[in-house]
Amino acid sequence: MTHREDRLLTVGSLSRVEGEGAMHVRVDGGQVTDVRLEIYEPPRFFEALLRGRRYTEPPDITARICGICPVAYQMSACQAIEDACGVRVDGPLNDLRRLLYCGEWISSHALHIYLLHAPDFLGYPDAIALARDARDIVERGLALKKLGNDLMTVVGGRAIHPVNVRVGGFYRVPTRTALAPIAARLRLALDDAMATVAWVAGFDIPDFDHDHELLALVEPGTYAIERGVPHTDGGLVFPVRAFEQHIIEEQVPHSTALHARLAGRGRYLTGPTARYALNHRWLSPLARQAASVAGLGTRCRNPFQSIVVRAVELVHAIEEALRIVTEYEPPPRPFIDVPSQDGVGFGATEAPRGTLFHRYSVGADGLIRSARIVPPTSQNQAAVEDDLRRFVTGRLDLDTERLTHACEQAIRNYDPCISCATHFLDLVVERT
Amino acid sequence: MDAPTLAVWKFASCDGCQLTLLDCEDDLLMLAGRIKIAHFLEASSATVAGPYDVSLVEGSVTTPSDVERVKRIRAQSKALVAIGACATAGGIQALRNFADVDEFRSVVYARPDYIQTLARSEPISTYVPVDYELRGCPIDRGQLLELLGALLAGRRPQLPVHSVCFECKARGTPCLLVAAGTPCLGPVTQAGCGAICPAYGRGCYGCFGPVAATDPRALLAKLRALGMSADDLRRAFRTFNAAAPALAAIEETSEP
Ligand code: SF4
Ligand code: SF4
Repeated sequence: MTHREDRLLTVGSLSRVEGEGAMHVRVDGGQVTDVRLEIYEPPRFFEALLRGRRYTEPPDITARICGICPVAYQMSACQAIEDACGVRVDGPLNDLRRLLYCGEWISSHALHIYLLHAPDFLGYPDAIALARDARDIVERGLALKKLGNDLMTVVGGRAIHPVNVRVGGFYRVPTRTALAPIAARLRLALDDAMATVAWVAGFDIPDFDHDHELLALVEPGTYAIERGVPHTDGGLVFPVRAFEQHIIEEQVPHSTALHARLAGRGRYLTGPTARYALNHRWLSPLARQAASVAGLGTRCRNPFQSIVVRAVELVHAIEEALRIVTEYEPPPRPFIDVPSQDGVGFGATEAPRGTLFHRYSVGADGLIRSARIVPPTSQNQAAVEDDLRRFVTGRLDLDTERLTHACEQAIRNYDPCISCATHFLDLVVERT
Repeated sequence: MDAPTLAVWKFASCDGCQLTLLDCEDDLLMLAGRIKIAHFLEASSATVAGPYDVSLVEGSVTTPSDVERVKRIRAQSKALVAIGACATAGGIQALRNFADVDEFRSVVYARPDYIQTLARSEPISTYVPVDYELRGCPIDRGQLLELLGALLAGRRPQLPVHSVCFECKARGTPCLLVAAGTPCLGPVTQAGCGAICPAYGRGCYGCFGPVAATDPRALLAKLRALGMSADDLRRAFRTFNAAAPALAAIEETSEP
């Protein structure tokens, strides 16, 4: 049996996360001395290869950073380029963007809840094993995921790397008739989404709290998705264009992802629980009802409850999509003109995993001079490592296998998207 | 007889192609009944040691350790299928092949010395023999199901080798080049997506890569006539399949 005072916990390849990574935790004399979330996804150098491309290309190119949240990349990119060109997209075109984004939230949240995260709470290695005992539940999750994908397909042309998005709007906008079948399905899916909240709220959730500062975009009157102003629960507010003054990214040797901190304040957390803390009052009526039935309160500081918050957001995204589809009138033109001009532009939107920031500098020739992208996972990495440290410290009496498994689960709370952050993951708990 | 085993592997990529397998919602549980998913880290923490009947490989080879890993995967796999533009052509990250990788590294990272990378992003076939390729950025779900169905039945998969133009005709989309004067790479791009972009009023941007044995000259003349400059053409060919050899040949033809 292992000597519990000194050990090394490692997971060489984290599973059920998007991308490649490892975990490494070292315990010496009963103290956790080192925690590393190692991201070894090989870098693809997007910021470098964007230079010299046309200002119209970042939505298509940056979508390829992540197959799970391509719409988030497209939306942050469009907004930043439009900002550089002094254009703002509003009205029905912005509603359509939000609708497409709701599709991604539905699909990504259903994927994470049912296929990646729920098996942890129920003691299965994957959703396929879960389906052997609870086929109807897994089928419900797959149907929700399909609904999100189908919504993205109608609006965007396809679910992974939609083709219909362009700077200024869309290539072609859907007719009311094209959206009608989706409206009917969204209405039916509300029951499934409410059942999802009830299902995950019944999971055995470990006791654990964190004290990270929470950061999300806020747009009073609506639960911010496709735009908003960065706010923290510590009272910090700054415009998107000041993002890089407030958020400092550092490189660490064990990761190809950069680590972000709030200048002068330290680690922070972005993502569903941060959005919920800052924006819950603007949830749709059913989502608010679901949150209160699930006992969420006004703030959720237990990362293991993030699955409940995701389920609440799933209800919200469906209800919001339904609202947009019901009120939809096709805009007169599918896009507005965005002539290039010399300038720097900033964009931030709420990807399913948290705030996604883009900055582009565009020349008068319409070519990109420089680009900067800050994805949610690299922002959360310090907070995840801190959680792991405290989580392991409180559970040193567990044997190595169980402890390692619990750590992996703790990492999946954050639905880390390693492809995005490298910018993947391998868990190593070291007990010498 | 035991169910055939399937393994899914990832190299430098966005995960979109392997996500396509999970996106087969209606067929996923049916498929899981006929195939044993032996290694699929994105979806499962249970892994079974090789050998595997079918390996789907996503992503391009960009690090020294990748080169060793892809060889180990090949040695354990009866059939190896490269899925997506990254695995079949090097992906968007192969734009480094046309640039100085050290300079790229220093643009993204303050301490470039921490980052291990090769100068080139290469398709899987550069290092090991590949049995089948699925094109696309991302791959098409229908093509993936056809391939898995064929492999299960022990027949050859039916994968088109004609251009996107044929799919536009099949779908009844009027030709963008002719009718709207919109630049489109459909004539030199391999079919498989169902001609999505033209149906949305957008010219094909070549995400399924170059179609074999087409003469690009007529298209190039047309694109120039529509006002595309040499730089525009270069950028149009240098995207998700930039390093595909057939595309390099088209690009050469396009140099004035
Ligand atoms: S080919 Fe495209 S969709 Fe597939 S993994 Fe590569 S970037 Fe992603
Ligand atoms: S039309 Fe061209 S760019 Fe569009 S999805 Fe098909 S192959 Fe890709």
